Amino acid sequence: MALLLSDLIDAPVAAQRDAAGLWLSPVTFTQATGFTLKPEGFCRDALCIPVPAGRASEFLRGDNINLRAFATHTNHVLVSDDGGEHWLLTESAAARQDQLDSGMAPDFAVADINGHVHRLSDYRGKKVLLASWASW
Amino acid sequence: MWQALYEELKDEGFVVIAVALESRGNDGARPWIEQQKPTYPVPIDTGHVVAAAYNMINVPQAVWIDEDGMIVRPTETAGASQGFRKMDRTTFQMPAEELAAAQTTRKIYLDAIRDWVRKGKASSYVVPASSLAARTPKYTNEQAEANALLRLGQWLVRSGETMSGFKLLRRASELHPDSWSIWRQTADLEQVGKSGGPEFWARVAALGEKRYYA
Repeated sequence: MALLLSDLIDAPVAAQRDAAGLWLSPVTFTQATGFTLKPEGFCRDALCIPVPAGRASEFLRGDNINLRAFATHTNHVLVSDDGGEHWLLTESAAARQDQLDSGMAPDFAVADINGHVHRLSDYRGKKVLLASWASW
Repeated sequence: MWQALYEELKDEGFVVIAVALESRGNDGARPWIEQQKPTYPVPIDTGHVVAAAYNMINVPQAVWIDEDGMIVRPTETAGASQGFRKMDRTTFQMPAEELAAAQTTRKIYLDAIRDWVRKGKASSYVVPASSLAARTPKYTNEQAEANALLRLGQWLVRSGETMSGFKLLRRASELHPDSWSIWRQTADLEQVGKSGGPEFWARVAALGEKRYYA
């Protein structure tokens, strides 16, 4: 048993860990990655990344999907603690760089202290100064 | 910090979103918010999600985003200067010339925002789409892994897995030594006050000729 967070999930979800990797149910996999496994491969919007020929067993066991094999194959960042009980999946540096270079500001959904969630896309139509600050 | 500028420009289609980079979440941010009562949105980025997406490594940094959600000035220091390095650490006073220089740096930045809000794309402070990529700070694999480890480490510490959490946070700082945000959030999580204590000033001194705000 292991727990996972990602760019798309704030509340930990469960996964099965063994020597071969980190296994997720198809529903959890899609929640965590935004990708869905289809006959043509791992698909998100118009993009499909094929499962490499002859290596399906690294990626699939029954219905479950190996997140570690997926992350390596698709160049995601997957980190864990030493015990392998807590995991985090995020976009790669290259994906972040491409997004920023494209000029399209990455959207986000983050709550204020009253629990009200602010999305960048809520402020379309305004000029936004997105600024960092901290108490420290 | 942004309230006066926001009041001045809010009727001209301008908004500030001030993202708090807080490893202690609401508890860290609340006293400042209750004291300053900002009327612009202040999301608390406990998960380091916005900071990772925009490659923010310090405070204050900012990115300008236009009405269509396009970046028109990449992440950069938001009008701060490093005059605080000459601060008297017992009285917290800065030398007069440093104070004046800091005020000038901030005024130049605020005037640039005013120019953008009033002129839009015609403002000379807007970075044209053709040179945006060249002006965007490079995102390295080490930085991406460090940002991931920061979020994972914070999660572990909050869950009570203190030892393994801080181990990951220290590794994050080693991978991305230029990120003051990672080092100071880690110090703040270890002990309130540590992020601005003797170890912080030793790190600042170790910069030598390097700038605190890149």
